[in-house]
Amino acid sequence: MSELTRRTAHEMAGLLRRGETSARELAEAHLAEVERTDRALHAWLSLDPERALEEADEADARLDVARHEGPAALDALHPLLGVPVALKDLVSVRGGQATAGSRILAGYRPPYDAHIAECLRDAGAVILGKTNMDEFAMGSSTEHSAFGPTANPWALDRVPGGSSGGSAAAVAAYHVPLAIGTDTGGSIRQPAALCGIVGMKPTYGRVSRYGIVAFASSLDQVGPLGRDARDAAALLHAVAGRDERDSTSAPIPVPDGLLRLAADDDEAAAELRGKRLGLPREYFVPGMEPGVEARVREGVAALEAAGATVEEVSLPHTEYGLATYYIIAPAEASANLARYDGIRFGFSVREPAADFIADYKATRGQGFGAEVKRRIMLGTYALSAGYYDAYYLKAQKVRTLIKADFDALWARGFDALVAPTSPSVAFRFGARMADPVAMYLSDACTLPVNMAGLPGVSFPCGLADGLPVGLQLIAGPWREAELLRLVRAYEAVTAGADWRRLEPAELGLAAVPDAPTPAERASALAAADRVASSTAGWPAT
Amino acid sequence: MASLSRRDVEHVAHLARLGLTEDELARLEGQLNHILDQYTILTRLETGSIPPTAQTIELENILREDVAGPSLPVEEALANAPGRDGEYIVVPPILGGE
Repeated sequence: MSELTRRTAHEMAGLLRRGETSARELAEAHLAEVERTDRALHAWLSLDPERALEEADEADARLDVARHEGPAALDALHPLLGVPVALKDLVSVRGGQATAGSRILAGYRPPYDAHIAECLRDAGAVILGKTNMDEFAMGSSTEHSAFGPTANPWALDRVPGGSSGGSAAAVAAYHVPLAIGTDTGGSIRQPAALCGIVGMKPTYGRVSRYGIVAFASSLDQVGPLGRDARDAAALLHAVAGRDERDSTSAPIPVPDGLLRLAADDDEAAAELRGKRLGLPREYFVPGMEPGVEARVREGVAALEAAGATVEEVSLPHTEYGLATYYIIAPAEASANLARYDGIRFGFSVREPAADFIADYKATRGQGFGAEVKRRIMLGTYALSAGYYDAYYLKAQKVRTLIKADFDALWARGFDALVAPTSPSVAFRFGARMADPVAMYLSDACTLPVNMAGLPGVSFPCGLADGLPVGLQLIAGPWREAELLRLVRAYEAVTAGADWRRLEPAELGLAAVPDAPTPAERASALAAADRVASSTAGWPAT
Repeated sequence: MASLSRRDVEHVAHLARLGLTEDELARLEGQLNHILDQYTILTRLETGSIPPTAQTIELENILREDVAGPSLPVEEALANAPGRDGEYIVVPPILGGE
């Protein structure tokens, strides 16, 4: 194991500028770390070492030129130059793969680059490969990947969260300092919480989605996962901004302040002084684990101790969020996923001597997994004749009320809201697979933020039963830099905490040669559960 | 709000162009009704005078200049097609006959 992989991206940037390491050395060290533990973690769906090393050499060449030109030229380089990053496998990179975790896109080769892939190349980041995810980003555990589950580096028989579970596990396991995820109802923030890292969903419209496989177009956003606030801010800075090819990307300037989060702890902590934070009481949902609530309340106390005022507030329509989301997101998904017809690209079944409808049905029936089919069914039903008003239109109206709850708090002058990210710590493989509604509840504290289009960030606030707990901050539109400064302040005031010095508890176990894969662990757990339930006299179902 | 019968599930699957097995249809009937039960909470809210929200940022009429630019070469645009014949994508017949 190379110590280089334990550095943050901003530390790597310093080493590169001082000539103490090279982009090639960083890429090789991180690829070796993937090799060492990814059999047990399965965070990655594909790696492209050859292309990564080429990009690293280009980064080294740019660094060389800048070093000869002097300090001003070095300062002008983006902090991500030469830094290894991962992309969730729904980001198009020309000629690579983009499965979105689905069999229906296996073998598909994107003929163009996503906007954010271009941005990362311009910044000089080194893309190592693509990470695992729930199929079409539908899920909260990464168990819905058609290519097998990912394990949580803190506990190998538990999920990393989802849908960006591969990205979160890769960052937590030091495979990369930074990764890209997408968040439609919590898919960046919830896995960040469950893996003990920082993950941000930016304001709707902040990052272009050109070249990103679509799930629910009024909710999807692209965002960063990293091990601290400064790294996440640098990645957001690299990919944010207006792109003419995505008409929903907003012409709002991206603040350079994202690159200037305070390095000094005292300076960073001062940010909290006088800040007014709201604590929405509805986010302490029924069924929240006591250990999670305890860590969240301690986190809130630390923010107060550092000079913020925290007031309990109400977001009265929170309890309607889940139902509203699970109408709107599947409805949009059912329309977006109509494109997978087996004709122009992707998996295809042609039934001899059958009509074209039969071809569509066979292609989609065999190409999509169970959760995707469930959501397509829900969405098709909610949009179908006779039910549109009762479901989709009703949900859009309730969405107005959910957004108005937040707007009322911004109007009262709150700087941000502080809340739990997930009501539970990482759960065991299989625990929520039998009951879709139990899985959907994983996102109760994150999905209202998507429906209101707001930025939200999850960051670690300690451990419960040895597993990471995430604290969430939510702000008004376009206030990502303010949020990340608050996260940086929290990091500063908790810099001395014991849990900050811990590596994921089962990372060592993941490095054991021939360790079981996550799929093997999941099926062993399922078999053990079947034995337990049959001896208890319950019918095996 | 409504509940779904087995025939309804089959009808929605047809609308969605999803080929489902007997097992899948049976399982979905139970699961979809369980999920629809969760939706009934929304009937508690009076929303007659509330406008719907389709998107959250106030961008309107986003237009670009109408100028021709480079686009994908035909070869690359068709490279992913499962069935090809020269510069064409092979599609299943939509009118009867061989």
